[in-house]
Amino acid sequence: MQALEYAMKKTMYEKIWDSHLVVDEAGQAPLLYVDRHLMHEVTSPQAFEGLRLSGRKVRNPHSILATMDHCVPTKNRNLPIADPIAKKQIETMAENCRVNGLNLYDMTDPNNGVIHVVVPEHGFVHPGMVVVCGDSHTATHGAFGALAFGIGTSEVEHVMATQTLPQKKSKTMQVVVNGSLSKYASAKDIALAITGKIGTAGGTGYVIEYTGSAIRELSMEGRMTLCNMAIEAGARAGLVAPDEKTYDYLKGREFAPSAQYWDQALAYWKTLPSDEGALFDATVTLDAADIAPQVSWGTSPEQVVGVDGCVPAPESFTDEIKRQACENALAYMGLTPNTKITDIPIDLVFIGSCTNGRIEDFRIAAEMAKGTQVAKGVTAIAVPGSYHVKHQAEDEGLDKIFIDAGWEWRDPGCSMCLAMNGDELTKGQRSASTSNRNFEGRQGKGGRTHLVSPAMAAAAAAAGHFVDIRKL
Amino acid sequence: MEPYKKHESIAALMNRSNVDTDQIIPKQFLKKVERSGFGQHLFHDWRFNDDGSDNAEFELNKPAFKGAKILVVGDNFGCGSSREHAPWAIADYGFNTIISTSYADIFYNNCFKNGILAIKVDKDQLDKLMTEIAANEGVRFVVDLENQQVTTLGGTGFHFEIDPFRKGNLLSGLDDIGLTLKHVDKITEYEQQHKKDYPWLWA
Repeated sequence: MQALEYAMKKTMYEKIWDSHLVVDEAGQAPLLYVDRHLMHEVTSPQAFEGLRLSGRKVRNPHSILATMDHCVPTKNRNLPIADPIAKKQIETMAENCRVNGLNLYDMTDPNNGVIHVVVPEHGFVHPGMVVVCGDSHTATHGAFGALAFGIGTSEVEHVMATQTLPQKKSKTMQVVVNGSLSKYASAKDIALAITGKIGTAGGTGYVIEYTGSAIRELSMEGRMTLCNMAIEAGARAGLVAPDEKTYDYLKGREFAPSAQYWDQALAYWKTLPSDEGALFDATVTLDAADIAPQVSWGTSPEQVVGVDGCVPAPESFTDEIKRQACENALAYMGLTPNTKITDIPIDLVFIGSCTNGRIEDFRIAAEMAKGTQVAKGVTAIAVPGSYHVKHQAEDEGLDKIFIDAGWEWRDPGCSMCLAMNGDELTKGQRSASTSNRNFEGRQGKGGRTHLVSPAMAAAAAAAGHFVDIRKL
Repeated sequence: MEPYKKHESIAALMNRSNVDTDQIIPKQFLKKVERSGFGQHLFHDWRFNDDGSDNAEFELNKPAFKGAKILVVGDNFGCGSSREHAPWAIADYGFNTIISTSYADIFYNNCFKNGILAIKVDKDQLDKLMTEIAANEGVRFVVDLENQQVTTLGGTGFHFEIDPFRKGNLLSGLDDIGLTLKHVDKITEYEQQHKKDYPWLWA
């Protein structure tokens, strides 16, 4: 009897999954309906080409929102793009969107920016939706209680042609973050701490639902930062149950439900949170009060430590694979075991990306930067996630704070998160970066990336090395 | 997509774990608008020296591994970005089979869309295969997808599990989109109901 009761209780993931099943027949993968399809210039051209070659059409152009973000310059936007291959990719995107009648925020559009920053700004994703994009950080939109995940280019083509995807059902993992964060820790630190705890493959095969008081206390932007990095822990998607903050955020935005449908949509959204007592396949628990500002020391997002810690020694790992990974990472990063994190000098600071390129990120960074000067020999760049973020920051005078402190204030784009647009580290340069990946070469061949929160990045810019911001 | 056939080939060894897609195909090569030609950039930053010459230290540059169609690698292969350029590069270089203990989800999906069989084995099995290749570089394996069997010259044979849907598609070389479009009436029916249930999404 009890087993039956449990069987009827569903997690949020299961509710969204069940309501999007189009075909579920033996002998083939279940077909899942897709509500929203997000696009950028890097992972879409070959999908459009495939569609063209097979004579197929985009099934529902209104389900698509496209932007240009990966290759776009973050300065001198008025000049032609210098890199001819990037220029062609940008032109191809514009042409593909024009031919297929898709809504594109091109480089010069006032709505332009990083796809995962732009989409929430316009209320394009709602709770309960299935959302895809040829980009692993699509997980960001799980902050709204939508099932949002990254797909490959073949799947981009599949969704354009059929509005569905053959999918295998994931397992569910609940990550409970109890208590409250200290003033100096942020959603980014929770994300890094989780990845540190479960590893980059810890979430493989799972969809994570983040629960607990520390998650409820996060703003919508904080939840976006957290869900954004679900993929860094290997999970397909991250989810946060919608609540009043979600509804308040969405209300009145361009693609949010209109007044006519608002109550109906709201009633539906309130049915989405996981049922009390629903079973998850795995549960991980953290205490927010224990989470210090995090700094990654290696070449994988699981290689992190609190700012008050030290670079680990390979022999401190009992697992042979982890020991070897530590040794390789230290060699690449040019770090010596047992060095204090706060003794690591940096050359460049980057604040931006789909992880930390929103207005709250620039507010806290500006608070840290105010009245300081970028340390000698350090370059610091602030790259807003969108033109809306940029203009909002300028209205609040944040740009002046950064510029007065010696920072560069740029136009929006993915920029140094993956260094496709010419913003990059040179060999051996070391960054404090608010982005999401510290893989070898990610920010430029031979570049050394340390992942941190915006507050930590801004403090490091002024000091020239990492700083325990709790002690400032 | 070419149907996947039983074949015998050299198995190349890369004894590294958590190889990410930024290593498989670095971002500077993602700007092309075509699907082809990525093989020349596979593992670029490891494979080539700064002056563009081959890095002799890199595993796949060993003469014994030339022409390999099978890649044996460590845990959690293909983590990171969703870029399908990674399996495009792997396939274009000449691999059609990967053997590891685990793969990142998106990468794993992407492999099968591009005719690459990604085989999962347990840790002990992987260790045995790695040991066999290390002891005899250039050793050939036979991969038989129909019977879900890999046989090595050293006599190690093992059965592997694979989702029947993925297996069928690889063997037939069938296009996923074509398969899905057989259900186009059901998709239309779903959409009609969707419009009634969630009218704000269509307003």
